[in-house]
Amino acid sequence: MWVYEKKLQYPVKIKTCNPKMAKYIISQYGGPDGELAASLRYLSQRFSMPTNEAKAILNDIGTEELAHLEIIGSMVYQLTKGVSAEQMELAGLGAYYTDHDHAVYPLSASGTPFTAAYIQSKGDPIADLHEDLAAEQKARATYENLINLADDPDVIEPLRFLRAREIVHFQRFGEALRLVQDKLEEKKHFVKKPDFMQ
Amino acid sequence: MEMGPNMNTHDMWMHADMNRERLLKEIMAVDFTIVELNLYLDTHPGDRNALMLYNSNVQRSRMLRQRYESMYGPLNALMSTSSYPWQWIEGPWPWEKEAL
Repeated sequence: MWVYEKKLQYPVKIKTCNPKMAKYIISQYGGPDGELAASLRYLSQRFSMPTNEAKAILNDIGTEELAHLEIIGSMVYQLTKGVSAEQMELAGLGAYYTDHDHAVYPLSASGTPFTAAYIQSKGDPIADLHEDLAAEQKARATYENLINLADDPDVIEPLRFLRAREIVHFQRFGEALRLVQDKLEEKKHFVKKPDFMQ
Repeated sequence: MEMGPNMNTHDMWMHADMNRERLLKEIMAVDFTIVELNLYLDTHPGDRNALMLYNSNVQRSRMLRQRYESMYGPLNALMSTSSYPWQWIEGPWPWEKEAL
């Protein structure tokens, strides 16, 4: 189960609204390499992991991704708070405003609603962990693109934090993959009591 | 801001708010250390030094949380008790600018 902590994992306090930046950042909420996809991917894959280390790392990173989802949601919320319909439209959010007003809705920067097709859960731990390694690199690259688009330090700081987390997660998944490979390669010993002991 | 007997009510509230933010940020930092060590220990369960560091940060977090919650209300609806009336609903919520 999960328990809510009434705090963010990393502070978000954006003093200046910027609906255009919100339009890009929302991709890490409901886009292909976003935090919602990451969390669902790991929390679904953990059930079929063969080692305790792999079960734990998928469980715990999947949980941390929910905290990142909340950081991104907070950024989108603060970047668009009190922004007029006209400013939303000028920032390219006219269609978004039509359907969602100032609510936070999971979609990509190009407007595609969130879909479970962004993730896989293959039941093969080697395939799944390789997907996870790639997912962390894609998320890192997306954060770098967002940092290149941003000019407000209030926006850049949380993005830098989230980028750094992708690198740590990649490292931990690499270690989990090695441990799983070691286990699968172990020689199996079948012990049978000699007949005379029966 | 001016401190002491001449401090007006607004400044006193501001001061309480700054203390709340400072303490909350300290808890956030300690809890982040715990998350980072948790992930590391998942793939290095035999690292005694990391485990000691993890345990000492958990103890520090417990101490800071107790102090925060006694003054500013619950951080968690499973582990914290509440004064009357139910304090959990009180803002600011974490996604609001006013939270920090």
